[in-house]
Formats: sequence, C-alpha cells, structure tokens
Amino acid sequence: MGSKDAKKEEAFDAEAARSLVNDLRGRFASGKTKSCEWRVSQLKAMLKFTNEHEKDIIDALRSDLSKPMVESFITEIAMLKASCEFTLKGLKRWMMPEKVKTSITTFPSSAEIVPEPLGVVLVISAWNYPFLLALDPVIGAIAAGNAVVLKPSEIAPATSSLLAKLVGEYMDSSAVKVVEGAIPETSALLEQKWDKIFYTGNGKVGRIVLAAAARFLTPVALELGGKCPVFVDSDVNVKVMARRVIAGKWGLNNGQACVSADHIITTKDFAPKLIDALKVELEKFYGNDPLKSEDLSRIVNSNHFARLAKLLDDDKVSGKIVLGGQIESKDLKIAPTILLDVPEDSLIMNEEIFGPLLPVITVDRLEDSFRSYNLKEKPLAAYLFTNKKKLKEEFVRNVSAGGLLINDIGLHLANPHLPFGGVGESGMGSYHGKFSFDTFSHKKPVLYRSFGGDASARYPPYAPWKLKLLKALLDGSIFGIIRALLGW
Amino acid sequence: MVTGAMTSLKLLSIHQLHISAAAVHSTSTSTSRGKQALRKSSWSDKEVPLPIPLPLAAGAQLKLTRLVSFPRHQIQRFWNWSNWSASASVSDLIMAEEELEKKLDAGGLVKDLRECFNTGKTKSLEWRVAQLKSIAKMLDDKEKDIMAALYQDLSKPQHESFISEISLTKASCKLALKELKRWIMPEKVKTPMTTMPSSAEIVSEPLGVVLVISTWNYPFLLSLDPVIGAIAAGNAVVLKPSEIAPATSSLLAKLLEEYLDSAAIRVIEGAVAETSALLEQKWDKIFYTGSGRVGRIVMTAAAKHLTPVILELGGKNPAVVDSDVNLQVTARRIIAGKWGCNSGQACISPDYLITTKAFAPKLIDALRSELEGFFGGDPMESNDMSHIVNLHHFTRLSKLMDEDKVYDKIIVGGQRNENQLKIAPTIFLDVPEDSLIMEEEIFGPLLPILTVKNLEDAFAVINSRAKPLTAYLFTNNKELKKDFVNKISSGGIVINDTILHVTVSTLPFGGVGESGMGSYHGKFSFDAFSHKKAVLYRSFKGESSMRYPPYTPEKLRLLKALIGGNIFSIILALIGRSKD
Repeated sequence: MGSKDAKKEEAFDAEAARSLVNDLRGRFASGKTKSCEWRVSQLKAMLKFTNEHEKDIIDALRSDLSKPMVESFITEIAMLKASCEFTLKGLKRWMMPEKVKTSITTFPSSAEIVPEPLGVVLVISAWNYPFLLALDPVIGAIAAGNAVVLKPSEIAPATSSLLAKLVGEYMDSSAVKVVEGAIPETSALLEQKWDKIFYTGNGKVGRIVLAAAARFLTPVALELGGKCPVFVDSDVNVKVMARRVIAGKWGLNNGQACVSADHIITTKDFAPKLIDALKVELEKFYGNDPLKSEDLSRIVNSNHFARLAKLLDDDKVSGKIVLGGQIESKDLKIAPTILLDVPEDSLIMNEEIFGPLLPVITVDRLEDSFRSYNLKEKPLAAYLFTNKKKLKEEFVRNVSAGGLLINDIGLHLANPHLPFGGVGESGMGSYHGKFSFDTFSHKKPVLYRSFGGDASARYPPYAPWKLKLLKALLDGSIFGIIRALLGW
Repeated sequence: MVTGAMTSLKLLSIHQLHISAAAVHSTSTSTSRGKQALRKSSWSDKEVPLPIPLPLAAGAQLKLTRLVSFPRHQIQRFWNWSNWSASASVSDLIMAEEELEKKLDAGGLVKDLRECFNTGKTKSLEWRVAQLKSIAKMLDDKEKDIMAALYQDLSKPQHESFISEISLTKASCKLALKELKRWIMPEKVKTPMTTMPSSAEIVSEPLGVVLVISTWNYPFLLSLDPVIGAIAAGNAVVLKPSEIAPATSSLLAKLLEEYLDSAAIRVIEGAVAETSALLEQKWDKIFYTGSGRVGRIVMTAAAKHLTPVILELGGKNPAVVDSDVNLQVTARRIIAGKWGCNSGQACISPDYLITTKAFAPKLIDALRSELEGFFGGDPMESNDMSHIVNLHHFTRLSKLMDEDKVYDKIIVGGQRNENQLKIAPTIFLDVPEDSLIMEEEIFGPLLPILTVKNLEDAFAVINSRAKPLTAYLFTNNKELKKDFVNKISSGGIVINDTILHVTVSTLPFGGVGESGMGSYHGKFSFDAFSHKKAVLYRSFKGESSMRYPPYTPEKLRLLKALIGGNIFSIILALIGRSKD
C-alpha cells in the first residue's frame, strides 16, 4: 500500500467513489469476471479465508457483539461456508442457458433464457450478522459474474476491518472491493450508478437507498426486518416449543436478528404454561443470573441499549414484566425479559424490538388473530407452533410475511432451496442458494429464427384475406384456415 | 427530488392539457364529428380529414368515466367541467388540473380496494378465472370498438391492431386461464440435513393492491397485459391508461367497468395530475410502461412506501445485419418490425441498423424495393401505416430529421405531412454518432444505418451505449450468433427476425439497465405480481440439545463434525475426544 492509497482511504468522497466505480466498470468490461474460472476461484478464496481465519472471525464477532463462539460458528461461519459450497456445486448448472419451448407464432424457432451478470454491483450490509450478511450476498454477486463493492457496517468495526483485510488479501482486488465507512462513505457510494444495489438493514435507510437508486434506474434488493410474530397453539410439545423460541430469540444474537421472534401471540389459557416453560428452559440455558452468562450476545452499542431501555421504561409496559428486566449499562447487557399483555399502543408493540425483550400477547382464539394481524405491516417471517393440520393450512393461506416457519424459529433461512427475503415493509427481492445467483443476474431471453418460414400474411399491403387467415391460424381452426386460403 | 421532477413534468404537460381542453370542449358540442374536429384541432390547429366514421364519442366517455370512477364528490366536478364554455383558457385548465389533483380521492380509492382485497375475494381461484374469462369475452364482443379506438388514436391499421393488440391480449388471457391452476400450486422444494426432519414449499400469494400505468403506443395491449398478470396473481388493481391515446383510454374505462368486478378492478383516466395523485398512495406494486424519465419519477415515488416497481422502458434497439443473409427476408422482417410496428412507435422496434460498408448498398436496395412492395410508390398514401401519435411527437421527429448533420444523409423517404401527422419510412446512411437521431430513442419511422468495416466492430458501437430493450442480429454465421448472445447485453435478443420474441410466452419480456427492470409475459406476469412466500414445516421431533445453550466445547465439536459430514469426527466428538 503506497501513501497515495492511504490518502484515498482517509477521504472517501464522491470523487473517490466515482473513480472506484470507473475502475470496476473497466474491469467488468474486460470480461474477466464473466468466466466460470474466475467466479470459482473467488468463491474458493472466500472459503479458504473463512477456514484459515476462523479464530479471527470469532474474535472480531466477540469484540463487536460479544457473540458466543458457538453462535458465531453456526450462524456466521458455517452458514457462509454452506452457502459458498452450495454455490460452487451448483454454479456450472446455474450458468447454463435454459432452453424453453416456442410457440406456433414463431415457428420454426428455438428459444433460451441466458443468465448474464448485471455489471458492477454494491452490497451494503448490517452489523448484527456482520460476517454472514456481508459475504453471503457477495457470493451471489460473484457467482453471477459481477464486479462488486462491499460496504460493511461501521457499527461492527472489528468485523468490518477484518473483512477489508481478508477480502483484500485473498480475493481479486481488481474486481472485488471493500469500502469501509459510515454515512459519508455510503452517501458517496450511493451517488454512483450501480447495476444493482443489495442493502440489508432497516426500512428508513432502505427508502433512502431506493430513492438514490431511482436516479439511475438501478434495481434494488432490500433485506429489512419487521415485527416477526410467533403464534403458539395450546396443543404443542411445550418443552420443545419453549426451547425453540429461546433459541430463536435470545440464541440469535440476543434478539438482534431480523428473523428472531419479536413477540408471541397465544391464548389466554395457555399463556401461563408457556411462560413457565420459558422460565424453566431459560434458567437451564443461561443459569440463575443471565447477565453473567457467556452464552448471550451483548447489545451492540449504547444507542441501541438506550433505545431498548426506553421500550422497557414506557409507563404502559413497566408493570407487565413477568421475567427478567435486569439491565447493566456498563456491559451493555440486558437479561432475557418477558412481558405479558402489553397494550397495543405501547412503544414496544409499535417498533421492531431487535433485542432481548419478548412481549406475550393473549387472544381468545388463535385463528382470529391471523386476520387482525394481517392488517399490520408484513414482517420478514411469521412463526406458528401447533400440531393442528387445519390451523397450519389457515396460517399459510392467511398470513402474509417474507417467509413462514411452522414449529421452529429462524431455521428456514438454512434451506438454500427457499428464497429468503421480505415483502412490503420487510423488503423486496430475495436471495440464498440459486436465488442469490438470480438476484445478481439478468435473465436474457434469446429467440433464434432461420430465414425459412416466412409468411406473406404478416406483411403489408394488408388485405382482408390476410387478416382472415391470421385469425384462423390463431384460433387453430383448420377449416377456417382452408376457407381463408381459398379466399372465402 | 420528486417535487422537482414533478414540476418539470407539469410544465411539459401543456401539450397534454390541449387534449384535456379538447375533451372539455367536446362535451359541449353536439355531434361526434364536431367533437373530433375540435379534438384534433387542439393538436395542430389544422383541419384533419377523418377517414372513417367514428363509433365513439370520446369526450362523452371521458366524462362518463370520471362519473363512474369517482362516484361521490367527483360528480359535482364533472358537471362543472361539462358546463364550461368552449373558450376556456389554458389558465382555467391549469386551475382545473390543480383542483382535480385536490379532489381526486386517490387515497379513498386505494382504501376501498384494500378493504376489498382484505376480504380475500380476489384471492379465490374462481374470482380470478371469472375476471379473466370476462376479459376474453370482452375481446371477442368488442373487437370492432377496440380497432376503431386504435384507429382514432393512431390510425393504426386494422391488421396491426388485430395482431399486435387484440390477439396478443387474447393469447395472454387464454394462457393464464389454461395454466392458472398450475401456477397457483405451491412448489415443493428439497430440504437440507440441517433442518431435518422437515418439508418446504414456496407459496405464491398476491401482493395486495397494485397500480398499472400504461402507455399510448400499444394502448390496449400494454394496459391489459399487465392487468391480466395482476388479476391472475389475485391482486386488486388500478389501471391508469395513457391520456395520449384518449379514445382507447376511455374505451378501456368503459369496458372494464362493464365487464369486470369494479370493486377490485378500476380504471382511472387522466394525465399528470391524476398520475401524481395516484403515485402518492401506498401500492404493493407499481407496473409502469413508458420512458426512463418518468420511470425515475415512478421509482422515486415508490421508494417512499418501499413499493417494488417494474419498469418497462425502451431504448435504442440495434439491428446488426451480416452480408450472408437472405436479403429479401431480412428486409421484410426489418420493415415489419419498424414500420409495421405502429410506424416505429414501439419500444421493441429496431432503432438503427449496423452493417458493413460493402453490404450497405445492397441492404438499402432491398429495403427500398420491399418498402415499395408493402406501402406502394407513395407511402404517404398508404393506409397500412400508423400516423405519428400527436403534434408534439411529430415535431420531435421533424427536429431529428432536420438536424444539419443528418438532413443530407436521407437516402429513402423524407416526406412528411404535418396535417396528417404522417412521416414516410425514412432511411439515413452514415449519420454521425453525435447526431440527435443517434442520441435519443427515435420512436418513429426514421431508420439510420451505421456502417462498420467489420461486423465485429458493431459490438463496440452497441456496448458503448445504454443497454437497449432488444438487440437484433441477422446472420447465418454460427460463431457470430454465439458471440452476439455472449457479448451484447440487452433486455432480449432475437436472431434473424424482429419483435417476435414478445409472442413467446415462455420468454420473460423486460429490460435491463436503462431499458427497465423486472419482466412479464406468460408465467412471468403471474410471478411479477406475486410474492413467493417461503414456508418450512417442522415437527416437534428431531430435537437435539447441541443446538442450545449452555454452549460447551463438546457441542461445538459435534456441530463441526456434523456440518463437515465426517462420520469419524462425529464419533470422536460423541465420545468426547477431539482430533485437534
């Protein structure tokens, strides 16, 4: 790194962003990133640094979020490796043009859909899974043959700088770049013309990204969040349900995950049992004093800590805490906290919680809650625990969300055959598995014709017989065709 | 940003205001012929001979739709309009537009439709099928009216109207009816080991209440084709047809009201003010067909509500012609795709040709002779070509022709008649790349030919420009075809023909980059208006404690072994030993 580069890093302004994009556009135009070899080599390089620097990654995540090692391993490292390996395995097949049928109107002809890279793309990622959510979209971008810029979140600075280092060291830095920074850097990047922007974060910034993209007609994928509800029926295996809820709430970065359970909806009768089970299992998992547990992430920073504390301080909910409630600002720790029957107009029920607080709402009948629930903003995920087949069907039919999961939490994103993404307020576009490849590809239709099969009925001068013949042809009526040809 | 762009749009809309003015005038005149004369006079201030009797009183229907579309307070508004004197000034009209903007209850409209959507009515297969069948019926019943409206708006030849508007819409509708049951079935997908035991599927569900803003060049097809997708996917939908094709707009309003369920499917007629009012609302999807300039406005407005958009735009579509082709067939297919497509006013028409210097004279000769065969010695007399849609576009095209750099490059055609809004098929040879005609989308009957030394040089010419909606290549050379498909990025590619890819329902139709985003046609239309909801089913079995805290080194070891798929490591981990 020369001093010129160091200077550039100091002030990454619109000018620097412009020259970065220009360089990448030149690189993309050379065709280098389109070759299968290049794509494979880059994915392998990513796999390699993930293996070789497992400890560094876990350390960075501990520094940013005190994320427990097992969580870091499963939800960041193993998921990323799985995504990389799945892509490496499928890539050749995905890149193949897809032959499709043609119709009689173009006979004789053949047709195919050819996937091609979009060009130079931007990935802006988030702080809560700062390793996985940064690199998983990059896998899709590379697999599809694009040049890519990654802007990791400045709120997880250790992971951000580790990403910059590892990508710079292991990958082709002429086509894959990391730009670190906060708002000024992001704004400078957003002023450029990209061929796709992939943003993970919140709806407020999502709107800014979308509006910036509109200037250049850039398509956008927005991976946002939402208040993901968990509906719990009374016929469930209570223990298993409780363990899975805990794993899907506090076991996912202490609730700081876009797919983690935001609140529970259950029946009045069942709520006490459910809360008891959660209490018992929580103690087994995190001990008597959860603030001391090493197995919970902390709150990412003091801003978010203050935000969560405010949700708890709301007059409307202060008397509703049935478990936990301990907070320790010094270490940015909040104990797993359960609230029962908070009012609908409380703060906690009107914003995405994104932390270790879990309100339990009670209703008379679960079925009825599906409908009223649907009138709210669509969340990224909705969960249902039940053994009833009919209730499951009703849930799938009536509840709209990015994705649905029955009898577990969060696990749907481990299935690469399912698209992962939101709808409405929870985002647009999807990825994972082949969907990641598709997100960063243009599906170019190609129709091949020969010079044969030329019919004069298609051309002027238009005569009534031509129209009659065409109508008959389109209706597929042989009799009509003959009549038209004979001039009747 | 929105406001700025909207303001400039509003200024530009003075042209459109002329049309609105005409519509108002016509409501106070007595014969339909008189209405027409008035309407046309507002475009060009000159008498326009009307070749056929018009079955539609366009002005009367405009007002009728307003009445129907805005049942409550809009009624008063309509009466005010119809009572205006024929000498209403432009400033009155601007005020009227502003007033309408205030009065158009777009919010109430969306609220009504959302309520209807929330009842679940539009989600039922029966409802979707019933609506699609009604559209098919409407196409059969009203073929004549549709052709007449298209003739009135564009003097589109019946033959063209039938093939490119009516039969394509019908094909789209029939395909949706035939396939819908299959399309709405959840798609089962595999599940991996990590979630075992489980099953998974992708469920298609409607997005909700969607907006379709269509355009004037294929005002019938481009309005209904997206609506078919929206209905097939189970959405409530508002269609805003283009005010620049007023006869078709008002016919659509009338027919959709008559044939379809107006509790869930509405037509809002209007221009910039109405569109702006609609764009302020929260939609679950916006499907826009038109220009990149307005596309940007639509997307910016959509950003406010996180609404996904599909933008069907245009671009300068190149057609590369090799020297080894069947010359006659090539020429005929280029003509069919250019002048046979609404006089070049089509987003997929070839915009310019590229061929070799050596081959250009032959190609031009072939085009000249086929043009004469198709449209006769004097193409201005031919009835087999659409006219230019309005004076604004006529002037724009004239400007492209009259530029100093290009005027002397005309080698075929060049005739025009402002009164009739007609321009003859016109071919230019070797216009400079920095001419106006090579800088904007032509969208009319002008065809520049660029010549290159080697055909491979054409790739650089195309790739130096924004990505077009379609790129065409005529050749018998297999290698060249392969290269073209690999190196040229555009919405779509057709080899050895023009425009026909839009009739192939298995191909997605849509742009990339400056030519748009998102695609439709066939099942892609259904997908464009659906959310693909991922659903994973688990049972309470398959529970393993290693997933849960307290986290221990043993659990991590076992997990790593499991994920690594190494049986030996799994056993080691289970018995508490480590390889490390």
